[in-house]
Amino acid sequence: MSAFNPAATAGDPAFEPEIDEQDGSQRASVGSLIRRRPAALVGACILIAIALTAILAPALAPYSIDDPSGAAYTPPSSAHWLGLSDQGFDVVSQLMWACRISLLVGFAAAAVSIVIGGTVGIISGYFGGRTDLILTLVTDYFIVIPALPLLIVVAAVWGPSLVHIIVILGLLLWTTPARIIRAQVKSLRERVYVRRARSLGAGHVHVIVRHIVPHVAPLLVANTILTVATAIFSETALAFLGLGDPTADSLGKLIENAYEHDAATVGAWWVLLPPGILVAILVLASTMVGLAVEDGLNPRSSHVIFAGGPLRRMRRRRERRPTQPR
Amino acid sequence: MGNVLAVVVRVPIPALSPNTTSGQGRQATLVLDVTRTQYVLRRVAFALATVLIAVTVNFFIFRAAPGNPTSTLAQQPHISRTYLAELRHQYGVDQPLPTQFAKYLGQLVQGHLGVSVTNHELVTSNLKTDLLNTLAMVLLGTLVALLLGLVVGVSLAWLRHTKVEGAGLLVSLTTFALPTQWVGLILLVVFAGTLPSSGIHDPYLVNPSFWAKAVDQLRHMILPALALGLGIFGQYAFIVRSAMLDVLGEDYMLTARAKGISTQRQLFNHGLRNALLPITSLTALILGGIVGGAVLVETVFSYPGIGNATADAVAARDYPMLQGAFLVFTVAVVLANVAADLIAVKLDPRVTA
Repeated sequence: MSAFNPAATAGDPAFEPEIDEQDGSQRASVGSLIRRRPAALVGACILIAIALTAILAPALAPYSIDDPSGAAYTPPSSAHWLGLSDQGFDVVSQLMWACRISLLVGFAAAAVSIVIGGTVGIISGYFGGRTDLILTLVTDYFIVIPALPLLIVVAAVWGPSLVHIIVILGLLLWTTPARIIRAQVKSLRERVYVRRARSLGAGHVHVIVRHIVPHVAPLLVANTILTVATAIFSETALAFLGLGDPTADSLGKLIENAYEHDAATVGAWWVLLPPGILVAILVLASTMVGLAVEDGLNPRSSHVIFAGGPLRRMRRRRERRPTQPR
Repeated sequence: MGNVLAVVVRVPIPALSPNTTSGQGRQATLVLDVTRTQYVLRRVAFALATVLIAVTVNFFIFRAAPGNPTSTLAQQPHISRTYLAELRHQYGVDQPLPTQFAKYLGQLVQGHLGVSVTNHELVTSNLKTDLLNTLAMVLLGTLVALLLGLVVGVSLAWLRHTKVEGAGLLVSLTTFALPTQWVGLILLVVFAGTLPSSGIHDPYLVNPSFWAKAVDQLRHMILPALALGLGIFGQYAFIVRSAMLDVLGEDYMLTARAKGISTQRQLFNHGLRNALLPITSLTALILGGIVGGAVLVETVFSYPGIGNATADAVAARDYPMLQGAFLVFTVAVVLANVAADLIAVKLDPRVTA
């Protein structure tokens, strides 16, 4: 999911960001972040609204999702805003509960992956040398192997259950966070205050816990949110192939149900459309928030999606200097 | 300098690049010594190692699965112990794991991927036609994505800071965020009746000529390829756009404009040609995603490719088929990555210094 920057801004001294070593400046930038990136605010609002609805589903859902409330594929009406599903369940209620499952899978899998990716990234970036080489190679291997087929294989062998899916997704989505965090830690390691702490006799664990982790925390948060998007997206794929938890209807499972029970041929758009659109909204919202947090709290990264910002800034700087050897 | 260092970080993830410059003197000198041949050899070695690891993973994941090919039979009430032992021997599951692994590797080298549990045919012969079908469809899908991506990307770069750009970005992002299988289902509904929606050939076509058959197959390929292409074109559009934005700021673009060249020639002959390099590497990089998309799309359209075979194998718990399909996917993606690396070396002499 991560955007990629072909311009390889490496070696461009104009792109060296201003160093913000005080936490104060980081906190101050949250306000300016929202001003600069209204999309992030919109994304956050959408994400929070959906999350709240999902959490409160037991109280908010207008109908039960265990007892059918009418005939199959009843079109939308004032009583059932999005009609009834193939088994006569209220679609709105189903969507609320499905968001619950999808968000649970998304956040839990992202948490697993960020723990693994963060640990690998920090160890690899902090210690460097041979450790870094080996861990980078491992990460590279995992990046090359196509994710979905591997997901399918592991899920098929391990059997469908919510916990399995969370762990599998977590185990396979850690590579991108690991790379990004490694790069950040690599530069943190060379900062003066880290060297000073080291020369004062601080141990590696102390330096990592006190000086490295707090500084990559925004990046960890951003990557967690970005991974939520990937995890939700991947979960729909697994569910569609019948590898989801049969007892927990996620958004992916709803799409699968619509496909399996011919909602398309019946013309039951109210069953087919909403889950896909909801997945897209969730993915977009978390991508917006994740990228904005990463970009705003950590000026080092520049995402192509918002190339208008960083790239423009970079170009302006480049123009200011007389010649730029390429 | 920047390009040389980029070799170390080959997979271009944004946050990675700026930081390689700081305090990495040792690594930098190491990279500067690498010659072109060494670089190529290293990429090939990496690819081979990846395939080997994939094979190992492939073997052990399935051995970690509960049960073996004989365990369902073992639950039969009146099955004799000798028969069961004979079966175990036949499938080789009575031997220790390392021996089994060695045997598996030996068979792989000879191109033997095992026997399908569902139709009792060789996995290789099952997958052969599937692979060709998938290749054709994925190629068409990538073409669709590339064309869409190039057009949208170049336009977005040209129209930057306008309302059109915002809308274009949102559309590209949204197509990227929509589940591929869902896009396929929507296409099914929209094109129901006008285009064939499942399979790869019309069963009612009697004694078709070569061309009629080719056209028929192509028609069956359109919807799956479109679904696949729509799912990935957003990535292309973004990369093309940012590469173009970068190129547009170059001095030679200013020169081109000063020479009075038409806008189209400026954009396509001077701009796009220079922006194309990242696109070659991207094509390989997102191939992993394309392969995943192929599984979903082929399932939706019942298109007889490897993806569909994978889905069927999952449904029937046909592990040998699943194993074979996974191997094919991995090898394909790894090969594509190597190819992209080699093409990048060929296209841009700066890649290895």
